[in-house]
Amino acid sequence: MLSYVARRILATIPVMAVVAVVVFSLLRLTTGDPAAIIAGDNATSQDVAAIRTKLGLDRPLPQQFAIWIASVARGDFGESFFFKKPVSHLIAERLQPTLALATCTLILAVSMAVPLGVIAAWRRGTWLDRGVMGLSVLGFSVPTFVIGYVLIYLVAIQFGWLPVQGYQRLEDGFGGFIQRLVLPSFTLAAVYVALIARITRASVLEVMNADHVRTARAKGLADVSVMLRHVLRNAAVPIVTIIGLGIALLIGGVVVTESVYAIPGLGRLTVDAVLARDYPTVQAVILLFSFVYVFINLLVDLTYTLLDPRIRY
Amino acid sequence: MSTVADPAPIGVLERVPATRPGTVRRITRNRSIIIGGAMLALVALVGGLAPLLGTVDPAQVEPALRNKRPGQVVTSLNADGTRTERTLWMGTDSLGRDVYSRVVYGARVSLAVGVTVALLSAAIGLVIGVVSGYVRALDTIVMRVMDGLMSIPGILLAIGLVSLSRAGLRTVIIAIVIPEVPRVVRLVRSVVLSIREEPYVEAAVALGARTPALLVRHVVPNTVAPLIVQATFVCASAILIEATWSFLGVGIPPATPTWGNIMAEGRTLFRVFPHNILFPGILLAVTVLAVNMLGDGLRDMLDPKTRKQV
Repeated sequence: MLSYVARRILATIPVMAVVAVVVFSLLRLTTGDPAAIIAGDNATSQDVAAIRTKLGLDRPLPQQFAIWIASVARGDFGESFFFKKPVSHLIAERLQPTLALATCTLILAVSMAVPLGVIAAWRRGTWLDRGVMGLSVLGFSVPTFVIGYVLIYLVAIQFGWLPVQGYQRLEDGFGGFIQRLVLPSFTLAAVYVALIARITRASVLEVMNADHVRTARAKGLADVSVMLRHVLRNAAVPIVTIIGLGIALLIGGVVVTESVYAIPGLGRLTVDAVLARDYPTVQAVILLFSFVYVFINLLVDLTYTLLDPRIRY
Repeated sequence: MSTVADPAPIGVLERVPATRPGTVRRITRNRSIIIGGAMLALVALVGGLAPLLGTVDPAQVEPALRNKRPGQVVTSLNADGTRTERTLWMGTDSLGRDVYSRVVYGARVSLAVGVTVALLSAAIGLVIGVVSGYVRALDTIVMRVMDGLMSIPGILLAIGLVSLSRAGLRTVIIAIVIPEVPRVVRLVRSVVLSIREEPYVEAAVALGARTPALLVRHVVPNTVAPLIVQATFVCASAILIEATWSFLGVGIPPATPTWGNIMAEGRTLFRVFPHNILFPGILLAVTVLAVNMLGDGLRDMLDPKTRKQV
């Protein structure tokens, strides 16, 4: 087991290396002078030259890459040209809203999607099943920001049940914090629920055909306990896998949702940084999100042994 | 006289169809394909016939007609003194542009992006996937690069790419294609890996078929069905991503009527005039739904194995 963990962690290194090279080359692949791009449209040629020396852009590419990686490893992502402060500070400030939103969404999505998928599989072929699957296709098709605006319009504007937009930090009171997270979490959860429910249904259906399930039924166990103890446990691996892979959707959705609900998190920071052509920030955010994605999927891989004792490494 | 082992009369056996039902039958029997295809055809028709559908110039700014509600009737004075009456089916935006015309023309951009991205990703992914699956020496390197690309959440990678060059239709298309390609490569590669061990491929090798001919005649045809299904889903996601970017203001320039741009324009006055977001939003959702349904239907039809599970 320990050697598997070590091997699995080692296997993420080439992946992260490719990510780093891609993120690094984003700026270098552009047509034109990266220093000029960073300096912006109103910069003088002295500014451009200063930036070029400061970032080491006058050195050979491999050396630039080494310098960049070394500073990233120290947690130094450079200075934001737009916000005029270190990118690492900027990220630290914006971390809480995004973490809160992602956690709420994750809890909400899993607690909705798994039961929905199980019910659809259990009542396979009925209107219930078709309803859940129909909603799932719809969840894939309606863009996140449209769901967001429809929810804002109905829940916040027409009925006035919840605040329209904004974010309240956790330190400033839990009530307001959670109130402002409800709508964004539902918005962001939609596509995630669609994905997880679909895979849950497929996975449960497959296990339901297994011999041990028939045996459990034959000895007279109630549907509910067959489902919970014999089916769901065995169907867990694909479900957990898709929860991990779906993090990519979640990250993409965070960018949109935070813009719709005016939440000052990392997603909003990404959009602002792109609009301001603030490359150090864009690079840092992409690198960070990719790292999170790879790390979560590493954790998912490691949970397999807990979920299914037959899997040994 | 034997009563056992009496072979069934030939006539009985012949009644069982020897082959699967024809392609046309299988398509018409599949509700998903019919509904999705019909909705998609309708959207394509609307986009294609945009100038004939009672639209005005979608970029025409009319300050006098700002923020009109849907269904409002306005009369405008022509140069020769006559008056024409016009119903603003979907209202106007804050610059007085006709939302109906913009939505109708927007269909063109969305479909163009979706189809182009799907074709490009499928073509590039097919080439890389076949080569990677067949040429062992390249496989590891190519797949590591693909793994790395797939670890960057697609929308972020694409946003990074867009942010580098001036936004425009071509940049947006390229930026969506790059994150989609690895997914296609994986799919094609997995098909190639299973096909290359098939006896008929070995037979072709034994008969002296050269690698390029072998790939084109025996390997590639097997990838077509899964590739078509994947391309449909790529198309759906491309349409969504393009709209999302336009909406966030990092995509196609705001003057071009795209569904995302119309919605972006409607954001500020959303509380008072929700129609600017509502109409393009509905059309966008319907279009993506149609493409997704088409993809689901095609998958059921082309891949009988998954039909039983999903």
